[in-house]
Amino acid sequence: MGGGHGETISVTLRVWRQDGPDEPGRFDVHHQTISTDASFLEMLDLLNEELNAAGEEPVAFESDCREGICGTCGVMINGRAHGPQKATATCQLHMREFSDGDEIVIEPFRAAGFPVVRDLAVDRSPLDRIIEAGGYISVGTGAASDANLTPVPKVAADQAFDAAACIGCGACVAACPNSAAQLFTSAKIGHLGLLPQGQAERWSRTETMVETMEEYFGSCTNHGECSEACPKEISLDFIAFMNRDYIKAKVRNRALTGQH
Amino acid sequence: MSMDSDTAAGTGTSPRLDSKVPAGATADKWENHKFSMKLVNPNNKRKFDVIVVGTGLAGASAAASLGELGYRVKAFTFHDSPRRAHSIAAQGGINAAKNYPNDGDSVHRLFYDTVKGGDYRSREANVHRLAEVSVNIIDQATAQGVPFARDYGGLLDNRSFGGAQVSRTFYARGQTGQQLLIGAYSALMRQVAAGTVELHTRAELLDVVLKEDRACGIVTRDLLSGEVTPHSAHAVVLATGGYGNVYFLSTNAMMCNVTAAWRAHKKGAFFANPCYTQIHPTCIPVSDDFQSKLTLMSESLRNDGRIWVPNGMDDARAAADIPESDRDYYLERKYPAFGNLVPRDVASRNAKTVCDEGRGIGPLKNGVFLDFQAVIARDGVEAISAKYGNLFDMYHRITGENPYDQPMRIYPAIHYTMGGLWVDYHLMTTVPGLYSIGEANFSDHGANRLGASALMQGLADGYFVLPYTIGDDLAGLLGQTAVPTDDPVFTEAVRGVEDEQKRWLSINGTRSVDQFHKQLGRIVWEHIGMERDKAGLEQALTDIPTLREEFHSDVRVLGSAATLNQSLEKAGRVADFFELAELMARDALEREESCGGHFRSEHQTDEGEAQRDDENFAHVAAWEWHSEGTAQTRHREELSFEDVALSQRSYK
Ligand SMILES: Cc1cc2nc3c(=O)[nH]c(=O)nc-3n(C[C@H](O)[C@H](O)[C@H](O)COP(=O)(O)OP(=O)(O)OC[C@H]3O[C@@H](n4cnc5c(N)ncnc54)[C@H](O)[C@@H]3O)c2cc1C
Ligand code: SF4
Ligand code: FES
Repeated sequence: MGGGHGETISVTLRVWRQDGPDEPGRFDVHHQTISTDASFLEMLDLLNEELNAAGEEPVAFESDCREGICGTCGVMINGRAHGPQKATATCQLHMREFSDGDEIVIEPFRAAGFPVVRDLAVDRSPLDRIIEAGGYISVGTGAASDANLTPVPKVAADQAFDAAACIGCGACVAACPNSAAQLFTSAKIGHLGLLPQGQAERWSRTETMVETMEEYFGSCTNHGECSEACPKEISLDFIAFMNRDYIKAKVRNRALTGQH
Repeated sequence: MSMDSDTAAGTGTSPRLDSKVPAGATADKWENHKFSMKLVNPNNKRKFDVIVVGTGLAGASAAASLGELGYRVKAFTFHDSPRRAHSIAAQGGINAAKNYPNDGDSVHRLFYDTVKGGDYRSREANVHRLAEVSVNIIDQATAQGVPFARDYGGLLDNRSFGGAQVSRTFYARGQTGQQLLIGAYSALMRQVAAGTVELHTRAELLDVVLKEDRACGIVTRDLLSGEVTPHSAHAVVLATGGYGNVYFLSTNAMMCNVTAAWRAHKKGAFFANPCYTQIHPTCIPVSDDFQSKLTLMSESLRNDGRIWVPNGMDDARAAADIPESDRDYYLERKYPAFGNLVPRDVASRNAKTVCDEGRGIGPLKNGVFLDFQAVIARDGVEAISAKYGNLFDMYHRITGENPYDQPMRIYPAIHYTMGGLWVDYHLMTTVPGLYSIGEANFSDHGANRLGASALMQGLADGYFVLPYTIGDDLAGLLGQTAVPTDDPVFTEAVRGVEDEQKRWLSINGTRSVDQFHKQLGRIVWEHIGMERDKAGLEQALTDIPTLREEFHSDVRVLGSAATLNQSLEKAGRVADFFELAELMARDALEREESCGGHFRSEHQTDEGEAQRDDENFAHVAAWEWHSEGTAQTRHREELSFEDVALSQRSYK
């Protein structure tokens, strides 16, 4: 590891380039000399400056907050979603995590549900489709009662928060050998299902969200790679919670409509 | 130079700026007005199309609420998902006058604090309404499942924030913005599923379209295919955020920009108080040339950290080697009553002063220490880590320095913009049918925003104000169909946007968009930053147009307009920043006083504090665009203070 101010390292980048969704891709090789204080994305900014100056199109990659909270960034770095540092989104990764002489392979998130749109940018909109299928509590504006009317046990609130911390980056899907979206989906189901406010729709929500997830993504075979890659360290326990609720939902939803 | 709209009298509100503030006592205005506004009956709502641009807190809450009411909503964001909006990054919390802690808070106190905090440059009626609906926001968000902090009894917890004397800030760990946005986003997605909202992602607004002086739609570019498309509606709402990135380096997300507001401005929407920008005192200092953005370290750190610099200039010793006798805890020294907790603007300016004196610390001498050694010695590492652990980790990840062992280095950075599109009490701009909500408008914060009040304002506008006020206007349009998108006003606007894309691609100069943006940012920071003066502002007014000309002749944008092309996207945004920057300088020059975030060094008290001039400047300055190369007209809306007495702020 680097560390300290102003150290400079030289790295070789193998960067995935792809002109469009239906175009073939290729790796381009670039050599970069870079301060270890630079963030990984600032290193790509510099690469893009050089490419632009040389008359080559810059590498498309996405980012926005660069603070690890919006979930816009995300690439595969040496085969790992968001790269080598645990609990760290790509934008929070700094070059001090690399050493002089390293070769760094940079690819887009690879998943059947996330088609590449260009270079390192992918389409993650299926995650929105899962939320649309029930990732909400149905309370219209103005229909809420006083916020302190229903106490929420602190442990439940804290656990719900652990799930709600998901930033929707999709690294879990990219890390999964089956491109499954179980961790993302279960984080939302866990967040709402653990709160008293979320009980009325708990079973219908679980059913519709899980089934929508299955339309777009692969199935879970318990590898656990998702949680390893997750920048928010969302726990695998939520997948267990979701699976239990899904089985129950099948029964309960029928019961609710009187079809015992 | 600029023309004042009513130079003859020198005072008085411009006839173009009718604030439509209802009559009556401040505290009753909103309640009475809600009753007097026209309603659209439920069956008729589905006959109206409403465009909402932006899906941050303001836009998502508005689109969801309008959809629930039955309007046909089209929501647009240039992000790949509504959940990515910049609102997601807000850390600290959201204010509301719930008075759950029973510590004396009330709607009136929140109203009073906000008007005073804004340095008496906001509209009382708007602020009062904001304080009134603040309580509903907490109820709404909680019902949506926003996991606000709770105490062991399961009830909601509050903290005091940004120097407030009551605990009225609700928070969700250090991720309040994220949780509130997920709440608003889920409400929005529920309406998308219900079919009341049509969602357009990766669609960037590049023009606002008017027919017969009324807003009738927008033109967007699909960021993946490059396709330029017209969209028509009975009303258009801009919820497109603030313009802090005009400084290049700011705490704003990388894509934040002024384009939507600016293009609306060029179509007739007045732009108010562009010089009111807010600096946040505790950010990680700039470390390198390649730096792409600045990171905020939560203000809460000032509750326990002590701010200091060495007594001597160019002291290169490590903090631990500098004895107490050589340290200057300058905030504690100058402001014994408030110490390290003075308001944002005061803390920021003092940091600049000591750095300008040559006493700055760090490799570039561009920071001050925020030191936790004393509190760690008093309370222990564990207690501090429980409170600030995630912030300390974030700092460590970014700087490679461990704040448990050595003080943090901090410096002020641009954080928020109070200026924006001028809106009346209904949140309508000077263009009929065009609204603006959230950070994009100028409304409730005056010259300075209080901590935890932006989230409140965005959600107030979106959930509880606009859904009412928009009906009053739409009711009058019953029976009128939206202008068809093959109308010449649309085809012309589409052509304009397409031509603009071609122009950027054809310049083929030598410098990248980012290089120009960086250079512009340096000028704006230098001259329209924390401290402004006449000479500097005049310098900016020559430097900005010069650089702007180079930009238009020497920028290099490669690739095509028919694919994802991030340089092309940025080119249009930076072009608008250039024009905005010039207006900021002009606005700052004309405002011959210091107030809130606008500090003119010519106007300060003997003690170096901001000196307002209420006699001549207790007004909103709203600028009217005419055409390329013509000076904009400065209009004024006089502000009157009936409930809050004007006074000089003092933190000694
Ligand atoms: C680091 C940080 C911390 C903060 N912490 C706090 C806090 O603790 N408490 C507080 O009250 N405030 C805080 N603020 C301020 C607050 O977060 C913002 O003012 C607020 O969230 C703005 O919300 P908004 O909905 O108006 O705009 P945004 O959230 O910026 O949303 C803008 C939306 O408009 C869209 N958009 C913009 N332009 C276009 C275009 N041309 N075409 C299509 N779509 C477009 C974007 O896609 C996005 O959806 C903080 C700000 C920062 C920078
Ligand atoms: S569960 Fe983790 S990895 Fe998956 S989307 Fe959420 S934050 Fe990203
Ligand atoms: S850019 Fe927002 S999480 Fe990385």
